[in-house]
Amino acid sequence: MAQDHRLSKGGRIDRTKPITLHFNGEALPGYHGDTLASALLANGIHFVARSFKYHRPRGIMSHGSEEPSALIQIDRGNGRADPNNRASVVEAFHGLAATSQNHWPSLDFDVGEVNDLLSPLFVAGFYYKTFMWPRTFWSRVYEPRIRAAAGLGVAPDIPDPDRYQNRHAHCEVLVVGSGPAGLAAALAASESGKRVMIVDEQAELGGSLLHDITSQIDGQPAQSWRDEAIAALDARENVIVLPRTTAIGYYNHNHIVLAERVTDHVAAPSPNLPRERMWQVRAAQVVLATGAHERPLVFADNDRPGIMLAESIRAFVNRYGVAPGRRIVFATNGASAYAAAADAHAAGLSVMVVDIRAAAECGPEVVELRALGCQVLTGHTIIGVEGRKRVTGVVAAPVDPHGHVGPRRVLACDCMGMSGGWTPAVHLFSQSRGKLRFETALDAFVPGVSVQAESSAGACKGSYDLADCLREGWSAGEMAAGGAGERNFTATQSLTGFKPVRLLPTDADPNKVKAFVDFQNDVTAKDIKLAVREGFESVEHVKRYTTTGMATDQGKTSNMSTLGIVASVLDRPISAVGTTTFRLPYTPTTFGAFVGPNNGALFDPIRTTPIHDWALAHGAVFEDVGLWKRALYFPKSGEDMRAAVARECKAVRDSVGMFDASTLGKIEIVGPDSAEFMNRLYTNAWRTLEPGKCRYGLMLKEDGHIMDDGVVARLAPDRFHVTTTTGGAARVLAHMEDYLQTEWPDLKVFLTSITEQYAVIALQGPKARDVIEPLVTEVDLAPASFPHMAIRTGFICGVPCRLFRVSFTGELGYEINVPADYGQAVWEAIFERGQAFGITPYGTEAMHVLRAEKGFIIVGQETDGTVTPDDLGLSGLIGKTKPDFVGKRSLSRPDLVSSGRKQLVGLVSDDPNEVLEEGGQIVTDPHQAIPMRMIGHVTSSYWSANCGRSIALALVAGGRSRLGHRLFVTTPTGFTSVKVCEPVFIDPQGERIHA
Amino acid sequence: MLEMKYASRRMPVLSDRGAMAVAAATSAIMIRPLAPEARFSLRLHEEVLEQVKEAAGFSLHLPVNRSASSGDRVSLRLGPNEWLLIAPESDADEIAAQIGSALAGHFHALVDVGHRNVAIEVAGRSAADVLNSGCPLDLAAGAFPTGYATRTLMGKAEIVLMRLDDAPRYRVECWRSFAAYVHAFLMDSAREFEAV
Repeated sequence: MAQDHRLSKGGRIDRTKPITLHFNGEALPGYHGDTLASALLANGIHFVARSFKYHRPRGIMSHGSEEPSALIQIDRGNGRADPNNRASVVEAFHGLAATSQNHWPSLDFDVGEVNDLLSPLFVAGFYYKTFMWPRTFWSRVYEPRIRAAAGLGVAPDIPDPDRYQNRHAHCEVLVVGSGPAGLAAALAASESGKRVMIVDEQAELGGSLLHDITSQIDGQPAQSWRDEAIAALDARENVIVLPRTTAIGYYNHNHIVLAERVTDHVAAPSPNLPRERMWQVRAAQVVLATGAHERPLVFADNDRPGIMLAESIRAFVNRYGVAPGRRIVFATNGASAYAAAADAHAAGLSVMVVDIRAAAECGPEVVELRALGCQVLTGHTIIGVEGRKRVTGVVAAPVDPHGHVGPRRVLACDCMGMSGGWTPAVHLFSQSRGKLRFETALDAFVPGVSVQAESSAGACKGSYDLADCLREGWSAGEMAAGGAGERNFTATQSLTGFKPVRLLPTDADPNKVKAFVDFQNDVTAKDIKLAVREGFESVEHVKRYTTTGMATDQGKTSNMSTLGIVASVLDRPISAVGTTTFRLPYTPTTFGAFVGPNNGALFDPIRTTPIHDWALAHGAVFEDVGLWKRALYFPKSGEDMRAAVARECKAVRDSVGMFDASTLGKIEIVGPDSAEFMNRLYTNAWRTLEPGKCRYGLMLKEDGHIMDDGVVARLAPDRFHVTTTTGGAARVLAHMEDYLQTEWPDLKVFLTSITEQYAVIALQGPKARDVIEPLVTEVDLAPASFPHMAIRTGFICGVPCRLFRVSFTGELGYEINVPADYGQAVWEAIFERGQAFGITPYGTEAMHVLRAEKGFIIVGQETDGTVTPDDLGLSGLIGKTKPDFVGKRSLSRPDLVSSGRKQLVGLVSDDPNEVLEEGGQIVTDPHQAIPMRMIGHVTSSYWSANCGRSIALALVAGGRSRLGHRLFVTTPTGFTSVKVCEPVFIDPQGERIHA
Repeated sequence: MLEMKYASRRMPVLSDRGAMAVAAATSAIMIRPLAPEARFSLRLHEEVLEQVKEAAGFSLHLPVNRSASSGDRVSLRLGPNEWLLIAPESDADEIAAQIGSALAGHFHALVDVGHRNVAIEVAGRSAADVLNSGCPLDLAAGAFPTGYATRTLMGKAEIVLMRLDDAPRYRVECWRSFAAYVHAFLMDSAREFEAV
């Protein structure tokens, strides 16, 4: 049976390059240039899949991307398993491994086929009707079972090893589609020298010309014209030609997204190549030349393997040199199928045509085909077919002008071609928000009013004649490039025109047959009718109720049949029924293409500090803080986190510790109005701050709630060095710029982010001064001349530095700002010098514990966007005499001054070894009825080695009036008892800081 | 007293990544971290610009999103009132002083950002394609010719992009902590040009 259905000659396949591919484990021969579908058909295989709901045998219906039935799993190995590929668009290569889906135990014998017999249960809306009761069964039984039964294909269970790329591109003219209209458009547009891109979803450019072996264009065979057109485009440097590239989405401002399949057709691609590339194109003008889709006919068992679209038979015969059958019956309501029949006849196949139209409604195509010796039955309907896993005969019957169906006859065949007319592919036009118009003469929606800079040409606007397509394409290309030239083409006249038919007339009980409308979602004509009868009149409701058009093909073949049936049941014109939305992507697109390179190490920028490498080398455990990696603690061998943090905390209070604070946000504010600017943005007073001094600043949002905090140094009368929280750096700068540019543009101030200019080393502990004394020059470190909350500029280790004397631990401390590239060298010098004092690097966890021991807040931990300065006991930081600052007015809102607001307090658990849960809820009485009244929550909770017990901070309603009271905090198992205390656990007088 | 041995140990980010020439034989793409340089952010209003069109050898009177070089001093006008000034590292102190005197009496802000930014050179026939993997701008010679400079994106990071010459060579500037990401992103994009 090796390629026993391969024609002896013809086609665009390369017969000098035989390949072997595998389908369900069976080796099949084929040729380079085949698709999976054409190779299967060449080997006589039609039955390739089981349908979604009823598990019916399905074949290959089409040769293009609209294929609803032949869904295939492709496995390229190592996690490259990819379900739901359409056999008609998978390019065959040597070694391709494909398997059919949605069956068990085998394609040929499938237990799930019982669904076909049970189909009376599975009518439209059966999910909603059947799985209502009992309610709890939905999540526990029904949904899991339905999901297990309904899945198409198998997702890979290991990560995708392929690479994906993204590319932005700009052009003056983007042409989508490379059939006759698209090629003519690209030729015309590119003559101008402007940048033109032409993209096509297929491997080869040419569209319908690839399977048109009889037409002539300008006196030469159409395919020669195509070859010359492509050669001309390739030769123009201003043209980018992208085959295997689908325009999947049309967004605002002519932003078109393309999915290019780079390597799927290659047996052993270079690992350097991405599998797919997502293009984001900004085009000044877009020409849509996306063609049209042939409609299936709706009759009983129209889904049997061996039944195909008529034009697809033509494509398989002419383009791939394949005979889909030796004896083919075409059923049609229009002229185009006669071209397919004639070509099949010319290829030596037995052909006959059943035309739904009465003889008088037909054109010359009937006479012409009969002249070739082919039988044509006009005025006949299709009642059904014979054969289950492969069509063996077509049941036809005459229909008189009154719709009366005459006697049946069986036309033996091994393949059937159906043509129900054509539907323009208006998807991209619709996505561009262009308004569709129903054209009765074409029985189709066509592009109406454009919203963006685009135009349609050829079959996608309902022009089916070859010369028309070429002329329209040329004109669209010219106009898109700014010209106005027209060009006429002489071309063989195409067979066009069809008589709209919805459901084919039948003498059978329409309630007992399955005439499929949506092949992929197994929706039949009677499902649509039932939905309308049940009151779903809006086509959008019918779609959702029946799921028609909701499969991955999005109803490319089913849309017009659905609309037609809805319209006929409602007895309204289709234009009044309307159409459903055309959603992107146009065809199924891999997640990989969307993700692009933003995966693994490139998922997000990982920001590291200048001291990161040292921390890494010294065994730090890191935590993510926004995009930053920060050292959480530095375990010594055998230490767990608690032991390491306890050691680090003790070291700071007993001797000295060092901490990488480089991630702190830093903003340099320069200008004569800097102090005034600070005055307006922060709650406290800044005019009085002398150069060389620092002050803790609190910043509110307009609603009076705390936004950010940080130490601010005045370097000079007109220059401040502001620090922010790590997470707030970008937000605070944007907030400042916002006010500066929109509210106070008169202030002479400029803002510059210097977060990354400086590495910041916090040196904290009673020995801090002793450590840096020999390293610092040009700064007098003596407490009298360099007290707490002062800043000096000088040098450390020969490196210029901004030296802050500040403390977030309550100990004597410095924050040493040095230019970032010197950060690690200075850190190493301090570490070496500090060895004599047992200097201890500490991480963010110890930093958190140390500040909590002193009751210092962290914005985002003690605050949650609803906390005011007074709530935290920081009302002393409100400049009472200042006329205004951001948030000032809100602070007097009734809610912000009412009693009973949550206030910051300390909590100590009765059991000193018990560390409370952060976020734990606080109640006064654990025995009260549920729901209990919760009066606050734990904001920070740690083991404090320095206190020798656990400590916690909490926000508690009326907290400051509850000092000494007993409260209860939730634990994973119940409640624990705590006592309220002042939120400071060490050195309440704050003496150590001035050491 | 002073531990001067550390003073010279500047450790620029990306210093472990040498000039990485991808497909250098075909001159398709070359990606190279650049050595440290002096950089300043200069801010001044347009009324000052009308009086002081040049400072310390940096030309300031440029259209927005253009750059100008004189000798080894380069100015990039990134906005109506913002310039990025780039010069040899050893000139840093001198530049600060020269600008201070050139703009004395005029409201301006000069802030040292020499360590904040990191530069990567991207050059070769495919340079624009590599950049366009993460930068949405039109980089065609007609749209972004030599001398253009702007703030834009590379993947998820903000960058300053400048076209240095017609070769083409581009300069990508980003903040220090984003440099590893930007460099890796460019290298990942460049990979396919090795296969060609």
